[in-house]
Amino acid sequence: MSSIAFRNARLIDPASGLDAKGGLLVEDGTIKDAGPHLAGSGEAAEIVDCKGLVLAPGLIDARVFTGEPGTEYRETLASASQAAAAGGVTTMVVMPNTDPVIDEPSLVDFIKRRAGATAVVNVAPMAALTKGLRGETMTEIGLLQEAGAVAFTDGDRTIANARVLRRALAYANSFSALIVGHAEDPDLSDGASATEGEFAMRLGLPAAPSAAEAIIVERDIRLVEMTGARYHFGQISTRASLDIIADAKQRGLPVTCGVSAHHLALNELDVGSYYTFRKVKPPLRSEADRAAMVEGVASGIIDIIVSSHDPQGADTKRQPYAAAAFGAVGLETLLPVALGLVHDGRATLSHVLATLTTMPAKIFGLAGGTLAKGTPADLVLIDPDAPFTVNADALSSLARNTPFEGRNFHGRAVATYVGGVRVFER
Amino acid sequence: MTSAPILSTSHLLGIEHLSVAEITGLLDLAETYAVLNRAQNKKTDVLKGRTLINMFFESSTRTQSSFELAGKRLGADVMNMSVKTSSVSKGETLIDTATTLNAMRPDILVVRHQDSGAAELLARKLDCCVVNAGDGSHEHPTQALLDALTIRRRGRAFEGLIVAICGDVAHSRVARSNIHLLLKMGARVRLVAPRTLLPADADRFGCEIHHDMKSGLAGADIVMMLRLQLERMSGAFVPSTREYFHFYGLDHKKLAYAKPGALVMHPGPMNRGVEIDSAVADDIEVSLIQEQVEMGVAIRMAVLDALARGLASGGRNAP
Repeated sequence: MSSIAFRNARLIDPASGLDAKGGLLVEDGTIKDAGPHLAGSGEAAEIVDCKGLVLAPGLIDARVFTGEPGTEYRETLASASQAAAAGGVTTMVVMPNTDPVIDEPSLVDFIKRRAGATAVVNVAPMAALTKGLRGETMTEIGLLQEAGAVAFTDGDRTIANARVLRRALAYANSFSALIVGHAEDPDLSDGASATEGEFAMRLGLPAAPSAAEAIIVERDIRLVEMTGARYHFGQISTRASLDIIADAKQRGLPVTCGVSAHHLALNELDVGSYYTFRKVKPPLRSEADRAAMVEGVASGIIDIIVSSHDPQGADTKRQPYAAAAFGAVGLETLLPVALGLVHDGRATLSHVLATLTTMPAKIFGLAGGTLAKGTPADLVLIDPDAPFTVNADALSSLARNTPFEGRNFHGRAVATYVGGVRVFER
Repeated sequence: MTSAPILSTSHLLGIEHLSVAEITGLLDLAETYAVLNRAQNKKTDVLKGRTLINMFFESSTRTQSSFELAGKRLGADVMNMSVKTSSVSKGETLIDTATTLNAMRPDILVVRHQDSGAAELLARKLDCCVVNAGDGSHEHPTQALLDALTIRRRGRAFEGLIVAICGDVAHSRVARSNIHLLLKMGARVRLVAPRTLLPADADRFGCEIHHDMKSGLAGADIVMMLRLQLERMSGAFVPSTREYFHFYGLDHKKLAYAKPGALVMHPGPMNRGVEIDSAVADDIEVSLIQEQVEMGVAIRMAVLDALARGLASGGRNAP
């Protein structure tokens, strides 16, 4: 029987509201006990002195793109999992827009087996909502769910046809399946690589109005109202979207939403002189919209923070801005960006950790995200104040396209445990 | 001729980051080349031994030949590379193509590309001087400089000058460079176009916005017409050529709204009967269009000369 006793920790369990000095006991990969009464005791084969650092449920990153299968040179499940572990992430919810697209049960099975064999963290696959992500016909939602798909999404594509989406939502609701949507009007944003406004105009970049997002958010909420489906906006980035979702929640609709770390920490001006590592989808927004995202996390209207980890090879980024690929890696900077909200006094540590643990677990129906007895011992030890500078060459990802190169942060994961096994230690 | 430095950088990527002194310095130098270009012997040896490569990813007749002539008159070896004969069509990336050319040790690379920021990207990756000859919808600095030279040679002071820039501002690099330059020099700039052809937040540049020619041209000293790309005429941005011409095409009737003696400019190539009426374009009393082309060579000579002054003697920029 393997066992670990964590002593002298600051235990934070957003699920129960616990934030106190204490200890935690792990036996056979599950949490046996946790609380202030274990602060200095607990017999076990291995004793870990946490030295007052934060011990919290492992993070759940609900928006991770990898290149497996199909473009393994960008990122494999294995390499992404190493990056995840280094970022304190114990569960990655992975996107289905691979090659081939994860749109049939055998492919969900492939992801699960492949992850089981090669990844050091938990991998929860999402399946496509429409076949081939073409936005035309729905996938086998029931069978895919049985195979282990935790949600259904067309990745970073918006389903243009409202009739198709309506039917998919209605059908998904029969299985209580979760739909994850991307809100960017495909026509308004066609060819665009920046947000319309003064900055895009100065750079002469093809740009889309920020309303391209709110238009789809509004439409999809009307469809949720019609169908009753559980709907999660994978990432929002504008105040207008935030206001629409706040209103929908007020009306009791089953709608949730996330925000990408880079939309919390960067605005359009950070593109500077065509810095393609900051070309993301949707594009970086105005400072007012960025501030609104921080406000949304603080108020709880934004339920979760995600990395939108999207590894890209150097050759697809070393291009003129409009021709460069979208996407930024983020698994290792998710927690540092989120902790920034704590250091800025915008939210408590417990609240920020809830957006990375309890809330995604609840929305996606995952086992972790808590320190409750009997749950898997997926844990992260966090030094919330440790200063460090992001160095792309030191990242664990295969791809190095971080938008935060050279940026200073305070706080990061110092050790990560999955099922009671230490998978990372700084 | 003096050889004091004019530019503070080793590239000319845009007007936005130039100072008034740099702009004035280039215009002054170009005046001397304008004189030289009218002489019988048009050659100097300012760029003797230097290599100039014109790398054009978009087809261009006047800009490319203007740079070619400028380089040759200054005594440089000039090579032209256009997209149709390059390996870009074989899937090579822009940077690979440029790196390959860079290995041939040119001193100055003149680049035109369909994507905004392309010249800046190359300037970061290469160790020769880069001149932006037009990047996407971003900037076309030598066009703005030659326009300024043309205006100045007509004895017009920039301070308080009213310039109406009319047409497809949204997609125009010529407009952006001209806006930056004219505002820096103290002119008042008006943008005149239907809303579909104006960028969002166009007023944030510090320009006045007009949607009809009558108010836009009222009291203007200079009327600068922009080319409307063919693919934007049939319903995408304006309903039809004839509607566009009716409301925004420059003819003598609309020109009469401007200040008496107002002058007309166009960066070319012109769409006669779309944005400009032939009667105006060919009216030597008002049209500066031919003079713009002439000044183009002088400006490009000045730019090449100014950049060459920054080159380490005997070789290229230090890597």
